[in-house]
Amino acid sequence: MNKETNQSNGSVRTADLVQKGLARRYKTEKRFRMAGLCAIIFSLLCLAGLFVSIFGSGYTAFQQTAIELDIFLDPSLLNPNNLSGADFNGLVKTSFFKLFPEVTDRGEKKKLLSLLSSGASYRLSDFVKTHPDKIGQTVSLFVPADDDVDMLIKGHVNRNLPETERRLDNLQLSLINTLEKQAKIKKQFNTTFFTAGDSREPELAGIRGATCGSFYTLLITLVLSFPIGVAAAVYLEEFAPKNRFTDVIEVNINNLAAVPSIVFGLLGLAVFLNFFELPRSSSLAGGIVLTLMTLPTIIIAGRAALKSVPPSIREAALGVGASKTQMVAHHVLPLAMPGMLTGTIIGMARALGETAPLLMIGMVAFIVDIPAGFTDPSTVLPVQIFLWADSPERAFMEKTSAAIMVLLLFLVVMNSAAVFLRKKYEQRW
Amino acid sequence: MAVADKTGGPKTLHSRPVYYGTLTALWCAVPALIIFSFWMMFESTVISNMVISKLPESLQSLPADRLNLIMNDIKNLVSGNIVSGEDNPALQAAADYYQYLRSISHGALFVLILTLCIAAVSVLQNRIRPDLRARNHVEKLIYYILIACSTLAIFTTIGIVLSVLYESIRFFKIIPLHEFLFGFKWSPQMAIRADQVGSSGAFGAIPVFTGTLLVSAIAMAVAVPVGLMSAIYLSEYANRKFRAFAKPLLEILAGIPTVVYGFFAALVVSPIIRDTGALIGLDVSSESALAAGLVMGVMIIPFVSSLSDDVINAVPQGLRDGALSLGSTQSETIRYIVLPAALPGIVGGVLLAVSRAIGETMIVVMAAGLSANMTLNPLKTVTTVTVQIVTLLVGDQEFDSPKTLAAFALGLLLFVVTLILNVIALYVVRKYREQYE
Repeated sequence: MNKETNQSNGSVRTADLVQKGLARRYKTEKRFRMAGLCAIIFSLLCLAGLFVSIFGSGYTAFQQTAIELDIFLDPSLLNPNNLSGADFNGLVKTSFFKLFPEVTDRGEKKKLLSLLSSGASYRLSDFVKTHPDKIGQTVSLFVPADDDVDMLIKGHVNRNLPETERRLDNLQLSLINTLEKQAKIKKQFNTTFFTAGDSREPELAGIRGATCGSFYTLLITLVLSFPIGVAAAVYLEEFAPKNRFTDVIEVNINNLAAVPSIVFGLLGLAVFLNFFELPRSSSLAGGIVLTLMTLPTIIIAGRAALKSVPPSIREAALGVGASKTQMVAHHVLPLAMPGMLTGTIIGMARALGETAPLLMIGMVAFIVDIPAGFTDPSTVLPVQIFLWADSPERAFMEKTSAAIMVLLLFLVVMNSAAVFLRKKYEQRW
Repeated sequence: MAVADKTGGPKTLHSRPVYYGTLTALWCAVPALIIFSFWMMFESTVISNMVISKLPESLQSLPADRLNLIMNDIKNLVSGNIVSGEDNPALQAAADYYQYLRSISHGALFVLILTLCIAAVSVLQNRIRPDLRARNHVEKLIYYILIACSTLAIFTTIGIVLSVLYESIRFFKIIPLHEFLFGFKWSPQMAIRADQVGSSGAFGAIPVFTGTLLVSAIAMAVAVPVGLMSAIYLSEYANRKFRAFAKPLLEILAGIPTVVYGFFAALVVSPIIRDTGALIGLDVSSESALAAGLVMGVMIIPFVSSLSDDVINAVPQGLRDGALSLGSTQSETIRYIVLPAALPGIVGGVLLAVSRAIGETMIVVMAAGLSANMTLNPLKTVTTVTVQIVTLLVGDQEFDSPKTLAAFALGLLLFVVTLILNVIALYVVRKYREQYE
């Protein structure tokens, strides 16, 4: 539009310079914008990749391969008064051999037996103990198969590999095929995974022990950190005079929030285990360490919640003659409670996923029993995941993913509770 | 209430009745709790010493570590577990004695606490009169309890410093400080017997530092550009709907436990990197620094992005409007006006992220290796400070060998470095906030 004036002047004008550069600048603009979008898409893709890979390798763990056996509960072998001494293993063996009368060679029999999990006899013993009236009858029972069989049935192992590269040889493969043809082998819902403690055998391992451990540990953390955190937040926000001491506390809390979690583990090891002699690998020690770790989070969230309560409420309470403590306890604290609870839940969620400090205080031990109290040796879900992730068996990989899914489920539930609380009680003053 | 009745109804009381009750309860509960916790702290040590003094002479003369083993056996006997070795009548007797002492101790504790409570009640009984300023007393007590709770943070810091420092000093008595800080060889396996070959134990931490720096550098190379760009996009370009959708999703990344990232790095990312490397003819080790660093970077993205988001939002709108009205495009406004204005805050956020990357444990434990290589090649295996702490402390611990103590020295270093980073970062962020407020 400026062409005419331009030509008449015969000189380059600013508007022209701007026009010239405009295309390039718009291009840069577009590129910059795209870069931003790409960054977000990249992070979301990582998130998706993480979830897909974990769900993809984990969902099969909720099923387990079982083999159906017709077992004759021989009354001559089973004495109802002394069931724990009975030879359940022998019973399982004989009934399994009955399925394959053609297998007679000792070595072959051994291979055949290795298809069954070592937990098969426990399954039978549990059954007989709960149904003592069935002794003398023939019952058909599903017993767990070995983890190699499990992997094969689930299709994680390629059947066409050469024999030397497979964990199961040709004979075992043909036996499994026969079982499949007779429909004696099938996949069931994996209850063991939710009811058992840890085990060296993947098919017998479960997360019950770790979940209980996590529960006890979090309970201790909650009981200790919530009151202390709220008290500290109230003091710092409502009572503390502005002086050096308060400043020191504040700087301390902010720094503690950023100290690496493993350092808290070192503290726990040196102070709680070596000095106070708390029981090693107990959820008591773990809970205390996690309390120290989550306290800064709770205090910071609590102070934010207290800050959002408008001063007019405080002044009104003081105006009608309440003391400062009464003002805080009766008016400010109830109004700030939802915010504090949200902070606490988020802190608990962090504590639930924390692993490193617990490794330091010995919660990483191999523990089969399900912990029954605060001082029992126990492990927690994330540590269990860490332990399983280190195990070489292929079957443990899907257990790990499944345990991660359970852990993520807990986290999702806790975080949605926090979001719900915030949405429901959020007040704009 | 009884007091009030005598003198003519609750109206004459100084405080509401509930305060008199609370006062009594507090006076009973607080000393009792303190006594209880101290008792529990020292009970086992005292009892152990008493039991040891009752042991036969032959056992008492054993060295301290053997004595500890015997004590463990006794404790196991008490809790009914199976003891290693044969049944020893002396041990059995000691176990019975231990149990006897413990029951006495519990009884004594109970009696002590009960007497305390009764004493407190009887003292208060005399003092509770209508003119007692019970509310003020209660409030004073509550005030002190609140102070005690908030000083816990200081005690935690002191506890960390003392515990780590104490063991580190023991370590530096064996291994000189300069050898630890400037040595080039790290192999913490000590010879257990004198005639063992090979493992002499070398505690030069330089390879461990370079490994940590390498992994953190890779992580930051991923996290800073991606985090910053997503923060810019979310705060400057995205419409409200997209922001409401993408921001929580990004925050999910921050909420995933690190052990999950570790599993992801070890079982998904590492093999992919190794296979890609093999495809283009590179020799990638299966526990490469690259895999650990990349995944750690993904973990830190939301951290960087939410911090820079806050900072960018704090830049006054006037600056933006001014730049836009001079005719600059939006990206020019951001690059030449908003980012320079927000730079101190962003630097603070990045420093916080660096301190997180250095202190991150599970990802590197699961995905990076153990061998301390002095290399800057991201395809090789490296080890980090946190990995070494975990490997040195998980499993058998002897608190007189430099191997275990080395973990505390590394922990001290980690604590100091992250503390310095945090202090600088928090200071910078604070200063920056004040600037625009």
